[in-house]
Amino acid sequence: MINILAPVTQIGAATLATLRAAGAVAIFGGRALAAMLTPPYFFGQLARQLLRIGYFSIPVVGLTAIFTGAALALNIYVGGARFNAEAFVPNIVVIGITRELGPVLAALMLAGRVSAAIAAEIGTMRVTEQLDALNTLSTNPYKYLIAPRILAGVIALPLLVAVADVIGVMGGFVVSTQSLGFNGAVYVKNTLDFVTTGDVVSGIIKAGVFGFLLTLMGCYHGFTSKGGAQGVGRATTNAVVSAAILIFASNYMLTTVLTQAFGE
Amino acid sequence: MSAAAKISVAGLTKSFGAKRVLDGVDVDVARGESLVIIGGSGTGKSVTLKCMLGLMRPDRGSIKIDGVETVGVSQRDRMRLMTKFGMLFQGGALFDSLPIWENVGFRLLYADRVARKIARVQAIEALERVNLNESVADLRPAELSGGMQKRVALARAVVAKPEIIFFDEPTTGLDPITADVINDLIVHVVKGLGATAVSITHDMASARKIADDIAMIHDGKIIWRGAADAIDRSGDPYVEQFIHGRADGPIKVDARRERA
Repeated sequence: MINILAPVTQIGAATLATLRAAGAVAIFGGRALAAMLTPPYFFGQLARQLLRIGYFSIPVVGLTAIFTGAALALNIYVGGARFNAEAFVPNIVVIGITRELGPVLAALMLAGRVSAAIAAEIGTMRVTEQLDALNTLSTNPYKYLIAPRILAGVIALPLLVAVADVIGVMGGFVVSTQSLGFNGAVYVKNTLDFVTTGDVVSGIIKAGVFGFLLTLMGCYHGFTSKGGAQGVGRATTNAVVSAAILIFASNYMLTTVLTQAFGE
Repeated sequence: MSAAAKISVAGLTKSFGAKRVLDGVDVDVARGESLVIIGGSGTGKSVTLKCMLGLMRPDRGSIKIDGVETVGVSQRDRMRLMTKFGMLFQGGALFDSLPIWENVGFRLLYADRVARKIARVQAIEALERVNLNESVADLRPAELSGGMQKRVALARAVVAKPEIIFFDEPTTGLDPITADVINDLIVHVVKGLGATAVSITHDMASARKIADDIAMIHDGKIIWRGAADAIDRSGDPYVEQFIHGRADGPIKVDARRERA
């Protein structure tokens, strides 16, 4: 017999599972936040994570930014030529990089590099009882493992995006001056005249939020992983996918809010 | 609860879904006593230990340490309570990102906030108590053999001189000689510290060596308890079958559970 309510049941179950997961992430994030705000603080761990998340991500973020800036300049030049607007390449490259592509692409690269690594590391600690061991050694895992990673993400990503902004604009500059016939001095003058503090700051604010989300996802999925190697693999995949989705979703919401805050 | 009980467990129950793993565990451990809980796979040994340690919350029942209830205490009180405990995990659970000395001195460094120089000295002293010398102090756990990792884990469990030490399958995965070395070390450090010890194992050689008392758990209940040297005269068919490792007897191994 066909159960006509089956689709409704499935939608209900999926909704409940989503709400349960959102609640669990919110509780996890709240605990992490409480751990950040109350002593003891593990500054050594924070420094180590800043190095891993921030410093060691510079090459991958830099490469992403330079090629994105270069491709953006070419595309804008081709598109702009259709209505005699080629001269606006520096303006659009700088606004595209600082407001949107710098923070989003840097965050996506870090979702792949950092969220995955955090989920795999903490997930392995879970399945090998190292998290239990931390508890038995009178050390709160939220304070020792989670808080430093999330804090490092919130601090490092804006710095990485600042670097990405400069390198991305430089990518556009190189292509424009070497291939598209732009004068270097004019390109730089147009860029600096056009870009506003709001463009840069809104990208940096986005980066802070993305840094929080991608490290939170890595920590949450690693911390809640179970079932041995397969469980760690699943946690790693879930961390990357959920971080990417949250980055895109929050990007739209942040763009809406920040364009109102900093003007258009 | 007897007046001298260091640990007193009463009516402990714990279920996972429909499966009831602990079904009213009652057990007392006197101060300075070494109790070994034996039992087959999936009978509730590990869950009992994790509940005692506070790593798992029982559904019902009471766990008192020094007469004080520990079920449902706050996170802060739990962390304070943990300072009384040392734990040797089955797989060692060493932190692979840290050198050996920092693994051993972890509690001193991060919970007791001892200076690094002093923590290193105390960690090396603890390593020497388990017959490891300073040469391993700066190695990583992955660079040591299984037996050496177990000894490092034992050093970590005792470095802060805990009042109660828990051992989860301390000899699993070790060859008989190394297992005997670990058993000797456990007896040596537990007696040396005057600590109370609770171990779970299904290695009878280990149980006989490190236990003052042995308790057998089956189907989530303690079904027999007595002195270690009385286990061969228990008269209990479950204990008899278990200690002789016979397939025939009242204990039926569920093949599906064994696969799970």
